[in-house]
Amino acid sequence: MAEAAPDVEALRRDYIGQESPPEYLDVEKGHVRAFAKAIGDPNPLYSDEIAARKSRFGGIIAPPTFLRAARTQRLEDLPPDFPYKRLLDGGSEWEYFEPVRVGDRIAAVNRVVDIFSRSGSLGPMIFVITETTYTNQLGQVTATQKNTSIRY
Amino acid sequence: MNNHPYWEDVEQGTEIPSLVKRPTTRQLVRYAGVSGDFYEIHYDKDFAVGTGLPGVILHGALRSAFLGQMLTDWIGPNGALRKLGCQYRGMDEPGVALTCGGVVTRKYVSDGRRLLDCDVWVEDEQGRRYTPGWATVELPSRNP
Repeated sequence: MAEAAPDVEALRRDYIGQESPPEYLDVEKGHVRAFAKAIGDPNPLYSDEIAARKSRFGGIIAPPTFLRAARTQRLEDLPPDFPYKRLLDGGSEWEYFEPVRVGDRIAAVNRVVDIFSRSGSLGPMIFVITETTYTNQLGQVTATQKNTSIRY
Repeated sequence: MNNHPYWEDVEQGTEIPSLVKRPTTRQLVRYAGVSGDFYEIHYDKDFAVGTGLPGVILHGALRSAFLGQMLTDWIGPNGALRKLGCQYRGMDEPGVALTCGGVVTRKYVSDGRRLLDCDVWVEDEQGRRYTPGWATVELPSRNP
């Protein structure tokens, strides 16, 4: 692979601070239940209306990583002519502020916060750090998620 | 479901009850469907092998979801998950049992909240921890 190494400084200049348009996710009961089922989590708070109403939440809430289903524009994908075509998810860091409830309308906005290069077992890699802010219809930030995307 | 800990029950070094998950290719397809992450390395073996992987691999975010389940199972509905982070340092393949575990590393009060910092991880059958992580949870008190 005699690809030219990407110009990290140019990437940093072009991408850091870029923000995606908001992507809206309407939190539906069936979707929450299907998500909980897909991850194999039988917690009644995600599917049992009666149990959830009796809880301190007063209704069905979504599992902690559910908001990942809001697919914002992938700023971490960089330009189409980027020399490294392979992509790995390097990690994720959630912070939670408010529960996500069935009926919420969540606006997800993704922002590039850092780009750097590093050499690893897979060869040269570019790390793109993005942060997504999830805001509900009441204007409350429900969660933020920092994500590390690795191109190699 | 009734033996969730109160703040007073937990100390630095307290272990979080482990959670065993047995992900299958079917689960990866389901997860792709509900999360909208349709990257082919998670369900198309030819595609995955073509990118140099040994086969299809778990979504990183699915392993994150497993850790979230372990933590919320432990703290119960009256506890609150405040932070959950992890790194995806290696790849896990379907068909291998994964054990989620964790330990309390710090117990403190901040802004009137009773908090615990924890180290968490997902361990495969060989004892490899490809998903080291950290979390902060808030617990209720017996004497609020």
